[in-house]
Amino acid sequence: MISLRDVSKVYPGDVRAVDGLSLDVERGETVALLGASGCGKTTTLKLINRLVEATAGEIRVEGRDIRALDPVRLRRQIGYVFQGVGLFPHWSVGDNVAAVPRLLGWSEPRVRERVDALLDRVGLPPARFRDRRPAELSGGQRQRVGVARALAAEARLLLMDEPFGAVDPLTRDGLQQELVAMRAELDLTLVLVTHDVAEALLLGDRVAVLEAGRILQVGTPAELFARPAHATVERLLETPRRQADRLHALAHAADGVGDAPALRDAAGRVGSDAGATS
Amino acid sequence: MSLSKLHAELVRFPDYFAHHVVLTVVALGIGVALSLPLAGLAVRRPGFRGPLLGVAGVVQTVPGLALLALMVPLLGRIGVVPALVALVLYSMLPVLRNAVTGALGVDPDVLEAARAIGMTDDQILLRVQLPLSAPVVIAGVRTAAVWTVGMATLSTPVGATSLGNFIFSGLQTQNTLAVLLGCAGAAALALGLDGLIRLVERAVAARDARRAWAVAALFVLAVGLSTAPLLAVASRPPAGPPVVVGAKTFTEQYVLAELIAGRLRRSGLEARVRAGLGSSVVFDALAADEIDVYVDYSGTLWANRLQRSDAASARRVLDETRRWLEDRHGIRLLGPLGFENAYALAMRRDRARALGITNLADLAARSPALAIGGDYEFFARPEWTRVREAYGMRFRDRRSFDSTLMYGAVADGHVDVISAFSSDGRIDAFDLLVLDDPRRAFPPYDAVLLLSRAAAARPALVAALAPLVASIDDTAMRRANRRVDVEGLSIGEAAGALDAALERSANREQAAGLGRDRPTFESAATGRASPHGRWEPQGRASSGGRSPLEANGVAE
Repeated sequence: MISLRDVSKVYPGDVRAVDGLSLDVERGETVALLGASGCGKTTTLKLINRLVEATAGEIRVEGRDIRALDPVRLRRQIGYVFQGVGLFPHWSVGDNVAAVPRLLGWSEPRVRERVDALLDRVGLPPARFRDRRPAELSGGQRQRVGVARALAAEARLLLMDEPFGAVDPLTRDGLQQELVAMRAELDLTLVLVTHDVAEALLLGDRVAVLEAGRILQVGTPAELFARPAHATVERLLETPRRQADRLHALAHAADGVGDAPALRDAAGRVGSDAGATS
Repeated sequence: MSLSKLHAELVRFPDYFAHHVVLTVVALGIGVALSLPLAGLAVRRPGFRGPLLGVAGVVQTVPGLALLALMVPLLGRIGVVPALVALVLYSMLPVLRNAVTGALGVDPDVLEAARAIGMTDDQILLRVQLPLSAPVVIAGVRTAAVWTVGMATLSTPVGATSLGNFIFSGLQTQNTLAVLLGCAGAAALALGLDGLIRLVERAVAARDARRAWAVAALFVLAVGLSTAPLLAVASRPPAGPPVVVGAKTFTEQYVLAELIAGRLRRSGLEARVRAGLGSSVVFDALAADEIDVYVDYSGTLWANRLQRSDAASARRVLDETRRWLEDRHGIRLLGPLGFENAYALAMRRDRARALGITNLADLAARSPALAIGGDYEFFARPEWTRVREAYGMRFRDRRSFDSTLMYGAVADGHVDVISAFSSDGRIDAFDLLVLDDPRRAFPPYDAVLLLSRAAAARPALVAALAPLVASIDDTAMRRANRRVDVEGLSIGEAAGALDAALERSANREQAAGLGRDRPTFESAATGRASPHGRWEPQGRASSGGRSPLEANGVAE
């Protein structure tokens, strides 16, 4: 579906945001790009829909070299979701979702039908949400509209940049579950940028760990756990592993006690613990 | 301040107001229409942004009156066009700056989303940046509207009618009522326009299309109602093209223009006065057939147009000027009116006596200890250079005043001597002494009636105005000026009184058997104090004799 070959993005002053990176993403696969801020993961994502132009290397989407494509038409075929969402505040929710279909010149009845179906799909009943303004929505609802907008023109490829970074943990979990379900249902290919190790491991079929514009290692979560190829990768995986062990132990202890208040109490302590370590 | 005076001014209000509305709204419309695409370009090309806003800023720093006046030579014409161009330029900065600031201030996440979903640059500009920056853009339009209304009052001197006509003529003729009326009209228009645009702003902010349309309809209705007087004028069938009478910016010119217009109307011609034109603007307008008739002064033409600085007799100045006007510009000098409005130096009678000054030579001897005041033009004019050199004057201080304030300045002792106009009514009123000019350094300034090429080709027009030649003496003119400047009568009243006086003396002459021939200059100018002028007007002004039209005029 996507292939990057020796791709570089060099900014004036020889700043190498992406440095000779190669990566293949198969159809229907989810690849998470994982790394600290400044590692080049967002730039890599934007190279794919030409929001950023590569300075060297070759990028193909569905076999076609994207340099040969009109960037505007390319972007209309690729869904894009990012942390800021960027809903158009002067348009209703329905108009936001309808943006790309209208750019593509769909007939109005078809647009309306598509908008309602998508709003339903992301859990926002169209009758209640279609005519609202983005300002009237919660952060999680806005992110859902962002996803609906990205998928509106039947995009099969979705680029997501920290899509759940700005929502509270409970909402994030819900959105992640829905994304997993939707991905399977719609046969989506997904490239997901995140700095959240757990999110990368839970959502990614494969995870690419980036540092200084290069890929340190690509593999399934299991492969990464089993054979970390680099000290950085090993260090990255340590935290979720420790947290998982701790959670496992707590859950076991809660099973022993067997009543709800204790479980709540334990969960609360996990939350504060996680806050302290991160 | 009498009710009749208020009425006389109010009668003009609808016309001036309508012109003002048209000027402002059209200028604002064009200004906004030009600013938005330019702002769009500036948003997309940062390299273009600095220079564009820089140029707009520089335009803004040019004083409004100067910007308007500059348009006349640049465009080579007077009237609505130069006024509009200047107003458009003036209105653009706030719109441009706000549009650029607004578009650049749009949430970067929204712009990224717009790009990422595949909008083109144009689509981003029109569908995202423009609507999202609309409140800021509209705030800029509101600023521009208020500025433009204010600046439009300055378009009177370039020949565009506006509420400025009240203000300029009011200031010149010390008619406070007219000045206040002009200011109040402009303020009301500014507030009204601002209020309407604010309604648009609210409708846009509420994203309520129906309300926006309602406001737009209200706007059209308001503009339509306020400009109705113009439509009424336009729909009236014209009896030949209206005769446009020009006037410079001082009392005598306003009075004479009204007098001339009155005579034309009585002859069945349609006449309009375009008063308050700049001194050079009015001549260029006549040469370009944009106005038909106005009164100028032989010495002014001699110095400023013929570029002559040599001394000559009044007759030679007149003859050579007449020939030059005809040959060079096709302008017909119909004849001298009979009075002189000379530049002269004047001082308080008691002060002159105390210093022992009676003429310019005496003045020159005392000049190192004295301060001189002049109108805006005076010190830049060749006459001043000549007088200064002829007598060797070197004044301690030199100040420029508005000609209205000049007489008060010398009367109050702020300056010792001023450049007065010999026909000004305030010379007597303030008890000033006009100093003799033994070396004849000031050229003669006979008031002359000038007709454009087109006007000279209209016999009815020429016949209506020919009787004015050699009919107004110094006393009559000074009295008319005094009525306005000192006694506070309106221009119309002073012109009416002057007209009546002229008719009376014409009737007396007719009764005395002089009326069969055209009056000679000497006969009409008996008793004038000036030493100049011993000639007869040349006889091509009219086909001869008192015309039937003139007889009608007498009968009225």
